[in-house]
Amino acid sequence: MTALADLGFAAVRFVTDLGGLARFAAQIGRAALAPPLRVRLFVDELFKLGVLSLVIICVCGLAVGMVLSLQGYNTLVRFGAEQSLGAVVGLSLIRELGPVLTALLATGRAGSATTAEIGTMVATEQLDALRMMSVDPIDLVATPRALAMTAVMPLLSALFIVCGLFGGYLVGVGLMGVDAGSYMSSLEAAVDFHDDVLGSLLKALIFGVLVGLIATYRGHTTAPTSAGVGAATTSTVVVASVSILIFDYFITALWGV
Amino acid sequence: MSRAPVRDLLVGLFVLAGLGAVAYLSLSVGGRSYGGPARMALYADFDEIGGLKPRAQVVISGVKVGQVSSITLDESYRARVRLDVDAALKLPIDTSASIMTAGLLGDRYVSLQVGGDDKLLQPGDQITMTESAVVLERVIGKLIYSGSDREKKP
Amino acid sequence: MAFGQRVVFRDLSCRFPRGRVSVILGGSGSGKSTLLRLIGGLVRPQAGSIVVDGDEITTLSERQMYAVRRKLGMMFQDGALLDSLTVFENLAFPLREHTTMSEREIAAAVHESLAAVGLSNVDDLLPNQLSGGMVKRVSLARAIIMKPVILLCDEPFSGLDPLSVKLVEGLLVHVNRQLQATMIIVSHHIASTMRIADHVVLLLPDGAVEGSPAELRRTTDPRVAGFLDEDGVAAEARA
Repeated sequence: MTALADLGFAAVRFVTDLGGLARFAAQIGRAALAPPLRVRLFVDELFKLGVLSLVIICVCGLAVGMVLSLQGYNTLVRFGAEQSLGAVVGLSLIRELGPVLTALLATGRAGSATTAEIGTMVATEQLDALRMMSVDPIDLVATPRALAMTAVMPLLSALFIVCGLFGGYLVGVGLMGVDAGSYMSSLEAAVDFHDDVLGSLLKALIFGVLVGLIATYRGHTTAPTSAGVGAATTSTVVVASVSILIFDYFITALWGV
Repeated sequence: MSRAPVRDLLVGLFVLAGLGAVAYLSLSVGGRSYGGPARMALYADFDEIGGLKPRAQVVISGVKVGQVSSITLDESYRARVRLDVDAALKLPIDTSASIMTAGLLGDRYVSLQVGGDDKLLQPGDQITMTESAVVLERVIGKLIYSGSDREKKP
Repeated sequence: MAFGQRVVFRDLSCRFPRGRVSVILGGSGSGKSTLLRLIGGLVRPQAGSIVVDGDEITTLSERQMYAVRRKLGMMFQDGALLDSLTVFENLAFPLREHTTMSEREIAAAVHESLAAVGLSNVDDLLPNQLSGGMVKRVSLARAIIMKPVILLCDEPFSGLDPLSVKLVEGLLVHVNRQLQATMIIVSHHIASTMRIADHVVLLLPDGAVEGSPAELRRTTDPRVAGFLDEDGVAAEARA
């Protein structure tokens, strides 16, 4: 019976958390639109979340593209359709792997760092100090980070995809001997701007919002102990990752209509 | 906050690189033409379009001149296909449109055979001569029936 | 006032005289820091009223609280300095946020504040490069830079060696005289308290006892005597 009670308790806590997140998101929205606009901080966060993630994104993009190309070739060659390799690699990257993997990587790298940063500020009373100085911590700390994450995600996703296409080209054309012209033309023929590219960017944008909100919210609601910071960081990675994958399904389903 | 010109430069480069990637994907790969040739709409009705889909190619002598923009049913339940083709083309009114297949099992596309009339098709005009798609099952079905018919004859 | 299941105190009533140095004394867990945070509006009571410089704050929204807090300054136990900013930037922060002072005026104000707490040449240091005593002093400098009406200090003497404790005592008194600010200090350091306080609020498990240090020392209330005795008398003998 206590298992049931625990489940009920967890469900209530989940819904409460969701409500808290929604309210937090509204506060960020309001802070983002009202002056003062923290441009300097926004740019700083673009650096921390975007520029510093470049290496991991590009390397992983390249690797994923190469693997896709390898796997794709091995399958397609059985049907004599290896000239469509460009299309297979491109569509996979653009529609799914680009936005989703970029978001997951960004969650692990930038999202957890953000939560840890804000969580530490909670534990050392810095957020309280801000409140006592009549500065809204949501305006100063959370909003620039959430906005930067949203802006950065489509850019990182696009870079991931381009690196992946390049990696696919390297393996497909360079290694497996697919004709370069066929690779590029099948890619260009299969990819549609509206359905594929636009959908991809939209996904990345939504994922950016998700990760930005979850990471800053978890940071703000950290229990002010070092164990609390660790728990919050873990929670960010887990919750954000699951949310990304669930939202991915819904966006794909709705966008394809 | 302290000024950090190096950081700003890197952020700027990052944003440029990202936007460049987006542009590449949109324009080059995605085929979103920035400008591009002006298009004019022509309509063609078919009894059967087979697997023809919107954005399928429209070709003349194998060269792409446009794409299928929409497919709807008209009042007599024929398929009304709207073709967006290069506006600079001069097509006589007896031009015909047929639905072909790329390869044996490939994608459908529309092929235009240019006619010989002096009068030209205007934007929004109807292509009157159309040839429907060949549906493989019907062909096989015909073969089977005609074969069994021959057997029955004494 | 309770946190979840844990009741910190109930039916507490006390006053802090304007312009004077008041100290909130009490054992661990007696709710000293909580009381301070109630005054700052960082926590809300379940019931009751809190009047800060004439304003009832329990019914205010967070946004309205920000206006009230312009009159307050707070010195946190571990400093709570923004760790990504230098000392100069930490002190300049409230000025840049809330005033339209020029950079030159801000620099002057920052150095004046630092001088008031006896620090110089620390502008470009980061908080993690400062010693414990310096952190406390910078925290105090930041708290007074906006010339607050009420200054809240959370355990200003904690973690300091006896020499630094004396130094901070002197600074607090000096600041009180200069700014004419009401000071509310939370401490468990009985000796320092008795030396600098004009008014003491002693939080005991079953209520609070208020009075001047002299009154408390003279009291016949066994709880007070027992508390002071632990540390106070012996410390007095030593001091």
